Amino acid sequence: MENKNSKTIITVVGKDTVGIIAKICTYLSNNHVNVLDISQTIVSGFFNMMMIVDLTTSDKPFDEVQKELTQIGEEIGVDIKCQRAEIFEMMHRI
Amino acid sequence: MINIFEVNETNKMVEQENLDVRTITIGISLLDCMDSDLDTLNKNIYKKITTVAKDLVKVGKEIERDYCIPIVNKRISVTPIAIVGSSACKSPEDYVTIAHTLDDCAKELGINFIGGYSALVSKGMTTYDEYLIRSIPQALAETDFVCSSVNLGSTRCGINMDAVRLMGEIVKETAEFTKENDSLGCAKLVVFCNAPDDNPFMAGAFHGVTEADAIINVGVSGPGVVKTALEKVRGESFEVLCETIKKTAFKVTRVGQLVAKEASKKLGIPFGIIDLSLAPTPAIGDSVAGILEEIGLEHAGAPGTTAALALLNDQVKKGGIMASSYVGGLSGAFIPVSEDQGMIDAVTAGALTLEKLEAMTCVCSVGLDMIAVPGKTSAATISGIIADEMAIGMINQKTTAVRLIPVIGKDVGETVEFGGLLGYAPVMPVNEFSCEAFVSRKGRIPAPVHSFKN
Repeated sequence: MENKNSKTIITVVGKDTVGIIAKICTYLSNNHVNVLDISQTIVSGFFNMMMIVDLTTSDKPFDEVQKELTQIGEEIGVDIKCQRAEIFEMMHRI
Repeated sequence: MINIFEVNETNKMVEQENLDVRTITIGISLLDCMDSDLDTLNKNIYKKITTVAKDLVKVGKEIERDYCIPIVNKRISVTPIAIVGSSACKSPEDYVTIAHTLDDCAKELGINFIGGYSALVSKGMTTYDEYLIRSIPQALAETDFVCSSVNLGSTRCGINMDAVRLMGEIVKETAEFTKENDSLGCAKLVVFCNAPDDNPFMAGAFHGVTEADAIINVGVSGPGVVKTALEKVRGESFEVLCETIKKTAFKVTRVGQLVAKEASKKLGIPFGIIDLSLAPTPAIGDSVAGILEEIGLEHAGAPGTTAALALLNDQVKKGGIMASSYVGGLSGAFIPVSEDQGMIDAVTAGALTLEKLEAMTCVCSVGLDMIAVPGKTSAATISGIIADEMAIGMINQKTTAVRLIPVIGKDVGETVEFGGLLGYAPVMPVNEFSCEAFVSRKGRIPAPVHSFKN
């Protein structure tokens, strides 16, 4: 609600396994979260993904999405972080 | 659009390099709480602080959650209590009741520190200033979260040597009052020359009388981030070294700016300043001395230390100033001994002495900070050390400070443990030749000439 006007960055770091993106995208789609951008690399054997998403279309508040994504991460054994995008924009753009 | 490498860089700074926002400090004016009745005054103070700052901890946690950035401390600074209590307090004991009220506020709000148990006596001392100063040992011994500071001099006014002499005794007395806890009271007491009105860092934070009713000041920290960045440019020229520090300081400060603006919006309190600081903690890899070593010194204190620190301090400011819309406070690299593992190691190795630390304070923020000295050190010697540090600030138009801990019952070679962010420290030797006759002189050192700079 109050936090919904900005973009949100979801990062996933952990051991690569089948269906990580599928799980997360299913959750996001079920909660009407629009995905704006996805990029992914493998850094020294570790799965590393970043998504830029828009929470304005979702009924869930930021903190709930953040909590539930962390839970999903724990279930599939990866570290999922959900942060508001301004911190990256402030640090890396003048 | 933001890319994955930038996101990873930011998150690595937080997760592996100890990037954090050291403090969100709300400065609150207590001038409108003043009353000639002590009970009414205490009630007014309690009500104002607990009303203005009621959401501080909650908002701090929300910001931590939204950005995944730790905010280590939530603090409050208030108008110097010597002024606030001037018409109600008729004795040092009366002032102690206000210290208890401040402590109660801190407990109610769940904050980490409350600063402003302070007196500003750079030119002269009123009766109520003296009452407050004399109440400091008892106030700090009986409270948990209250921090005290006294401004003893300024470039404009000179140094109030009567107050310097008194503070030597007060530091000793505070150490005695808290001797059961390794004289911990002295860790919450600092004396200044040219104290800033908007400093968010403890123990010296107070809300100056030139400030608005309430403001948000933020202190950032990231020695570990600077050190890691410098590891990648080992052996490069000074140009590359300085550019790297500047760019890193910019990034670190931007986080502070974001947090300050966000806190200001959520709390409905105007944004004051960002304190551009490199504040170490005892955590491994969160050390300013570690940066000096990375620049090329075997230990902090080796020849070249003052130059390396001057360079570091200046580049941090150059990078940070562009990152923030308003800069203030102490702004610079802090060199506390007990709070910095690299400094502790340097002292233990014999590389760093009190005299070298004094030289270092000429080029950085803020002064002789968190230094444990033998408990037998005389009040006059402490006054002498304070006077030296005040003189450096007065002549060089900068803020300087002294936070010495004469640890009662301990001597050189022993260690004191303060716990938490305050860390631990080896007791350092002090020059034992007497300055008794010097500090016994009455009056003040006149303001310096502002020209003929040599």
